[in-house]
Amino acid sequence: MRRPLELYIHIPFCARKCLYCDFLSQTASEMVCHGYVEQLLEEIGCQSGYYQGYEVVTIYIGGGTPSILKAEDIQAVMEAVKKNFRVDRGAEITIEANPGTVSREKLEAYLDCGINRISLGLQSADDRELKTLGRIHTFDEFLKTYQRVREAGFHNVNVDLMSALPGQTLSSWRSTMKKVTMMKPEHISAYSLMIEEGTLFYEMYHDHPELLPTEEEDREIYYASKAFLREQGYERYEISNYARPGFECRHNIGYWTGVEYLGLGLGASSYIQNFRFSNEADLETYRKINMRGEDADQRLHQNISELSQREQMEEFMILGLRMSRGVSGSEFIRRFGLNMWNVYGDALHRLQENRLIEVESPWVRLTDFGVDISNYVLSEFLFDREPD
Amino acid sequence: MSAIDQSKIRNFSIIAHIDHGKSTLADRIIEKTGLLTSREMQSQVLDNMDLERERGITIKAQAVRTVYRAKDGEEYIFNLIDTPGHVDFNYEVSRSLAACDGAVLVVDAAQGIEAQTLANVYLALDHNLEVFPVINKIDLPSADPDRVAAEIEDVIGLEAQDAPRISAKTGLNVDDVLEAIVKKIPAPKGDADAPLKCLIFDSLYDSYRGVIVFCRVMDGTVKKGTAIHMMATGADAEVVEVGYFGAGQFIPCDVLSAGMVGYITASIKNVKDTTVGDTITDRDNPCAEALPGYKKVTSMVYCGVYPADGAKYGDLRDALEKLQLNDASLFYEPETSVALGFGFRCGFLGLLHLEIIQERLEREYNLDLVTTAPSVIYKIHKKNGEVLELTNPSNMPDPSEIDYMEEPVVSAEIMVTTEYVGAIMTLCQERRGVYLGMEYMEATRAILRYELPLNEIIYDFFDALKSRSRGYASLDYELKGYQQSELVKLDILVNHEYIDALSFIVHAESAYDRGRKMCEKLKEEIPRHLFEIPIQAAIGSKIIARETVKAMRKDVLAKCYGGDITRKKKLLEKQKEGKKRMRQIGNVEIPQKAFMSVLKLDEE
Repeated sequence: MRRPLELYIHIPFCARKCLYCDFLSQTASEMVCHGYVEQLLEEIGCQSGYYQGYEVVTIYIGGGTPSILKAEDIQAVMEAVKKNFRVDRGAEITIEANPGTVSREKLEAYLDCGINRISLGLQSADDRELKTLGRIHTFDEFLKTYQRVREAGFHNVNVDLMSALPGQTLSSWRSTMKKVTMMKPEHISAYSLMIEEGTLFYEMYHDHPELLPTEEEDREIYYASKAFLREQGYERYEISNYARPGFECRHNIGYWTGVEYLGLGLGASSYIQNFRFSNEADLETYRKINMRGEDADQRLHQNISELSQREQMEEFMILGLRMSRGVSGSEFIRRFGLNMWNVYGDALHRLQENRLIEVESPWVRLTDFGVDISNYVLSEFLFDREPD
Repeated sequence: MSAIDQSKIRNFSIIAHIDHGKSTLADRIIEKTGLLTSREMQSQVLDNMDLERERGITIKAQAVRTVYRAKDGEEYIFNLIDTPGHVDFNYEVSRSLAACDGAVLVVDAAQGIEAQTLANVYLALDHNLEVFPVINKIDLPSADPDRVAAEIEDVIGLEAQDAPRISAKTGLNVDDVLEAIVKKIPAPKGDADAPLKCLIFDSLYDSYRGVIVFCRVMDGTVKKGTAIHMMATGADAEVVEVGYFGAGQFIPCDVLSAGMVGYITASIKNVKDTTVGDTITDRDNPCAEALPGYKKVTSMVYCGVYPADGAKYGDLRDALEKLQLNDASLFYEPETSVALGFGFRCGFLGLLHLEIIQERLEREYNLDLVTTAPSVIYKIHKKNGEVLELTNPSNMPDPSEIDYMEEPVVSAEIMVTTEYVGAIMTLCQERRGVYLGMEYMEATRAILRYELPLNEIIYDFFDALKSRSRGYASLDYELKGYQQSELVKLDILVNHEYIDALSFIVHAESAYDRGRKMCEKLKEEIPRHLFEIPIQAAIGSKIIARETVKAMRKDVLAKCYGGDITRKKKLLEKQKEGKKRMRQIGNVEIPQKAFMSVLKLDEE
């Protein structure tokens, strides 16, 4: 059997940078975008040689805003992937899109080339909140885009939302959720706002936490989301992700369960045979790499690190516990040949005593309180570093 | 080999207020005397400890030998012995000066005379050294060398009109300094044929060579094979090697004779056998009497020093022993704390000395430390007539047993530009200072004299002084004596548990204020836990202040996808590292730096 592989394809361009965004993205001319796609096609062609024993099970085209590219560019990327990799027929293939950047033609072109899932960045159904975030669209524009997506024939749609926004209240959040669930998307991601260094939001709010909802309000919103979405038929399957049964995002689940993935494009991260590495993140440098050159891998792949078995165990726990189902002791034994309760007995017992995790053999999962302070919980699964 | 002609030797120090350019001038002298090429020069050759380079100050006395061809055509050997500039280190200045025959006084052409300029000059004069002034930084736009020269003549009484006016930074007129060293600093006058008499002014421990003794030969000669005797400790040893100080290296030679400065390695096993200030003589031909040595310094500030990892107690003890070898002013004795386990109560010359020792322990000996709030020595007169000298607040007897308490006071001289006199007077009043007087040095500068309780100075007085005078005030102080005072012990309870290492002694009037600030500070330092944590300040059984650390409510990463994993894992690692730097007391984890919180109570 072929090893399963996920592909992540990064499109680092946006119509405009949002105020909270710390992703690798920028605005760019059509010419720059096109030149980038050319190089991406080169990379796909050249890198695929290493993955002949694999079968691609999911593809995720993310950004930035991939949908600002021309339809032909996305098609060309997909063609190159299909030509160079073996892609499973039932593969989940997602593209990210923002309201106001997708025409009917683009959507049809996506479907044509095999894309079967679309993720729409809405963030809020409140126009004032959208403005605060620096988004380029209104809720009304989202509705039009959403309708277009359905009419074109997408049957698997995600909507991204953000909570704990400056000025947001529990009631404005409820109203956003009501409006969104009425549209019946298959999947909803609801992220609590994180103020990341290097963003405008960091400048604006890092020293003014009083302008943001308090931790208590944030948690109230979080619990309200879970309850409300459950009523509407969405189960929470990861800290910030909700889906109707069967529509959980397979690609993202792969990240949390140790599936190998190859990142293609600027700054994209990979996890292949216990190595983590990421692509060159400077656009100019990336574009100058001769993908066919002898030193292409060396120039393209940065921050290469091989995970020891201990590090793999750490990741098994800290990523797996993000999932609502938790981590399985049986899977741990299968993967590492060790009993999870021997390796992590102290931490597990301590956390269980403090009601931060619950055990339903073979599964161990975070409790609600455990989710609230999951950083505290997950850091318990890191081993002491070897002294240098 | 014949002894070197003493008339061609110049043994000297450079003395200055902090930042007036002492180390830079030393570098230029080394450079100009051709010992090193410019390329070989590290930016500051004498400061070879990392810590010194970062702080821009000289901590340990060190020495270097250079050769200068003077305008008279003769070659002179310069032994430059470096001194620390800070008031805490008077003792080290003193021992460096004892090895010299003269001193170069560096004064900043813009700032003029500062408190430590005076302190250092008086120290040099105490040692009967020839002192000549140099006016530095004349390239600064604000330089006023005429004013500064007049100031030196008026205030210190040194002839300054012909003082070299230099820029050590650019090298301008540094040649004049070299000539002045030859002309103004006297040659040593020892007797090479007399019995060996040699002053230990420093020493260091090298893991390969053992103890390396830095010394000035007063009389006689010493070479490989000489059987030496330390007159104070009584230890004997055989000399393995003698030599002098290159820049950053030891250069062996055949013999050290009267007037010379250099080093000796010998079969010295125990670091305690060589105390700084001791006299080395020839066991088979001893001198009649030892050199006067140095006056023994007394520690003024004490604090508890504990290894973060209890298993490192032995390492900490070894490190302290080695540090004490070349820093006799460091005192330590074992103590135990309920909160912190086994450690040492250490005595220091001042707060800067404390910080430097702490950093050296951490960097050079790779120790992770927890230090407690500094304390002075309180005298406790008990009702039964007993008098206790208290250096650790948690050892304070029950108040019912105490008749009265005394605390050390210092007389302080604060030099400040007149525009900040008001601000500094306010500061001194807040710190229970008693005004003694003020003198104007010139129209714009004054010396304020105050009597201040030492415990008001040791926490954050320097910082407050600098911030309230925009850096223009400088301080010098000396211990004056003890005075009776209304003092109380302030205890801290975290989650209802008494934390012995956080107790401190404070004047009764400021107890409420300090207690409240301490609770506020600890509230910032102690991270949220799974439960609510009360922090209380108490005098005896009476709670005088309270704060609460709220329970942890939210600490979660909303997003963690393929590209985030490495970064997010680092974040969790940092969190875990943070946990490791904490002390578990009861159910509560207290960060190690919280134990120093009391030092920062005046920060706004």
